[in-house]
Amino acid sequence: MSKAAELAALIGSQSALSNRNLIINGAMQVAQRGTSETGVTSGNYKNAPDRFRLEATSAGTWTVSQSTTAPEGFSNSYKFECTTANGSLSADSKLSILQRIEGQNLQHLKKGTSSAESITVSFWVRSSKTGTYIVQIKDQDNTRSYSQAYTISSANTWEYKTITYAGDTTGALDNDNGDSLRIFWWLVAGTDFTSGTLATAWESSTNANRAVGQINLADTVGNEWQITGVQLEVGETATPFEHRSYGDELARCQRYYEGSELSNPISWSGDVTNGNTYWDVISYTVEKRASPTITIGTEFAKNGFSGTPSTSWIREKSFRASANSNSTTNGAYFVFAFTADAEL
Amino acid sequence: MNITLAQYTALDGINESIKATIDGTETSVPLDPANRHYAEIMRQVAAGTLTIADAD
Repeated sequence: MSKAAELAALIGSQSALSNRNLIINGAMQVAQRGTSETGVTSGNYKNAPDRFRLEATSAGTWTVSQSTTAPEGFSNSYKFECTTANGSLSADSKLSILQRIEGQNLQHLKKGTSSAESITVSFWVRSSKTGTYIVQIKDQDNTRSYSQAYTISSANTWEYKTITYAGDTTGALDNDNGDSLRIFWWLVAGTDFTSGTLATAWESSTNANRAVGQINLADTVGNEWQITGVQLEVGETATPFEHRSYGDELARCQRYYEGSELSNPISWSGDVTNGNTYWDVISYTVEKRASPTITIGTEFAKNGFSGTPSTSWIREKSFRASANSNSTTNGAYFVFAFTADAEL
Repeated sequence: MNITLAQYTALDGINESIKATIDGTETSVPLDPANRHYAEIMRQVAAGTLTIADAD
């Protein structure tokens, strides 16, 4: 049987042949914010692969990066390296990496119906610290959770993991652009998250049941953990990773975050009169999930203008940038960068 | 998320966005409940830990 036939047989009627992967940037190819960030002690999106966010509290200090160390068939991974240890965790200590998924992209899970589908997550993982780790999925719309453990058996060795979560007949996901489902890979968990019984079936979310058994990756400086090839799909069987082109993944990421600084600064030129205000409507490369937060970045060049551009009319497709002229001149110009953040 | 300053910006007297300093960076936040920064600003306002100044 050919590889294509094997794949088709494997997928069967469970899932689609394409667009199976609900995770964006699962191969960690896209890193618009930057490729490395040191001194990480708190959560949010970092200078590391797009779409993956951290939650971090009292869990040591970390360098996170888009690493070029990856298993065969992949070029990048999301890497954590501990630079300040915390061997005595607080109750609220936590470190996890997660992706948030829009509800309108999850309606085929049929969650909250008698036909609710199972979902399977698969990924490659590598760590200097062996032991038990937790992957949790959380339904944000109905505050329900389901956690499962996996084991890293060999230090500093890429291992492929698959975990299947049964369908949930309770709690439909909102059919909108909001944050409906989260998938967490736990790395550090204090007793607030480990003092109960691991939620090995869908249940009303309880913090104490989220990460029971999770080892403390923050206990030694130099501890590392890496992940790539992340796939979340409908069904009870993990299919081969759905490799998408860089351009495809970049466009998917830009629905949530776009930084113009890399290759596409905004430029405006014309004749200006001292004291007047001039504006332009700037379209994003990709329409955003929601109206984004705009940050004006580097000013590359300007003539005939003063100050930093101000912003208004911020919408899903565009925003308006305004600038004040401080001289009357022909051939005025303004070249600057911006970021548009519509992350979940 | 550390929000240290927040002030409405207005066009023709109608509030249109919020100029906010978030984690040390000045940003413009739209009045969109689906925007995570706007949602956090409103959460902190409700908690009494942040005040949004009126537009100039």
